[in-house]
Amino acid sequence: MSDILIPDSLLYSNEDEWVRVEGGRSTIGVTDYAQQQLGDIVFVELPEVGRSIEAGEPFGVIESVKAVSDLFAPIAGEIVEVNEGLADRPEAVNEDCYGDGWMIVVAPADGANPGGLLDAAAYGRHCAEREEQG
Amino acid sequence: MTALRTTPLHGLNRELGARLVAFAGYEMPVQYGSIKAEHAAVREGVGLFDVSHMGQIHFRGDGAEAALERLLSCRVSTLRDGRVRYGLLCNETGGVVDDVTVYRIDGAHYFLCVNAANIEKDWRWCVRHAADRVQLEDRSAHTALLALQGPRAEAVLTRVCDADLGALRRFRFLESSCAGHPALVSRTGYTGSDGFELYLPEAAAEPVWRALMDGGALPCGLGARDTLRLEAALPLYGHELDDTTSPLEAGLDRFVKLDAGGFIGAEAIRRRREAGHTRVLVGFEMVGRGIARAGYPIAAGGDFVGGVTSGAPSPTLGKSLGLGYVPPAHAGVGTPIEIIIRDKPVAAVVVATPFVARP
Repeated sequence: MSDILIPDSLLYSNEDEWVRVEGGRSTIGVTDYAQQQLGDIVFVELPEVGRSIEAGEPFGVIESVKAVSDLFAPIAGEIVEVNEGLADRPEAVNEDCYGDGWMIVVAPADGANPGGLLDAAAYGRHCAEREEQG
Repeated sequence: MTALRTTPLHGLNRELGARLVAFAGYEMPVQYGSIKAEHAAVREGVGLFDVSHMGQIHFRGDGAEAALERLLSCRVSTLRDGRVRYGLLCNETGGVVDDVTVYRIDGAHYFLCVNAANIEKDWRWCVRHAADRVQLEDRSAHTALLALQGPRAEAVLTRVCDADLGALRRFRFLESSCAGHPALVSRTGYTGSDGFELYLPEAAAEPVWRALMDGGALPCGLGARDTLRLEAALPLYGHELDDTTSPLEAGLDRFVKLDAGGFIGAEAIRRRREAGHTRVLVGFEMVGRGIARAGYPIAAGGDFVGGVTSGAPSPTLGKSLGLGYVPPAHAGVGTPIEIIIRDKPVAAVVVATPFVARP
């Protein structure tokens, strides 16, 4: 894999999602490590606005040429916005996973600060361990 | 657990950064970079595949032609030196043991190129039905196979290979040398684009690969190989074909010498045709949002009617394609069907194949 980008300003889950916390809203997507692992993304299936999600449960699907993978919710909450642009341009996840590749915005169930997530350093170690295992 | 086998290009594949996966008991490159880029290279330029995992079973002796005529669904007696043909090894119930290509080197020497997953099965089948009449040899472990595919394949291979490639037509082969190593070069492939398959001694695999890469060929893995053959609607054993499918159900009529008969499985294939096939292989395009994958059910008229055998997004067409079995009543081009994706029906339509025409 080429160098894995892990912005300091974000929080991360073990399932390779990132969370940007901004007041009462958390934006969620998949990380650079995930998009490199997956390869060319050809399809993203996202839930509808208004749906509630539970931490650790699948909230959607991401497909590469060869594989179908679940997207796991890093936090619990209600979906307030969905990136409809990914329907036409799933490759935005490969090109700009922390920007245009964002997937959903959630109003977190437990307030503005989602717990149980990793900071950039801890997520970096999580990626490094998996790379070593090959 | 048995260790995975490797091809002569394993070290080089790792050096090139290939993502390796287990396939048919071998550690094989699924992609070197982006599957879409590799796919595009074959459609627009030239791509290079390591398919050394595939098998080669040689038939020698005066009984070779008769033995193969009996084993294969295609005609063997009309082959001439330097010709290759696609055919099926069939079983006594009319199912497919394997889909193969048969090469005639001369009247007393032929070989079959067989699927990697079926090497041992095919070997035992050939031994059972032909060992009394011919000398059989499994050369799989000693033969490397490279596939050079795409519109620029001839231009690139010409710089590495001495032979007059311009005169080599499809389904013909010749014996020559590549980068100084003996090579059997056939104008065949599994991508739907023009190209060549190079049968080499193991030691020649790496130097020939490097020479072709230097000439501009892009390394391509099994991921692109699958999306390419799907666009060409070429069957994959274990998906469109297995030991229960009649070649006629799979639309392979023109590779089955049913009128001449005399091959293992001919009677059963004929009987099943007379009884009426209950399923036929069709190609389809997704109409609604979603990607069909092998194993997804197919519905029509509110009922489950069949299943997807292969499916993927088509980089060339920008849509999602698939192959699957449906009852003949739902097989006409234009028939609306539904693919059940994660328990929801998504609209699709039966279309003519190949999806991407051979240039």
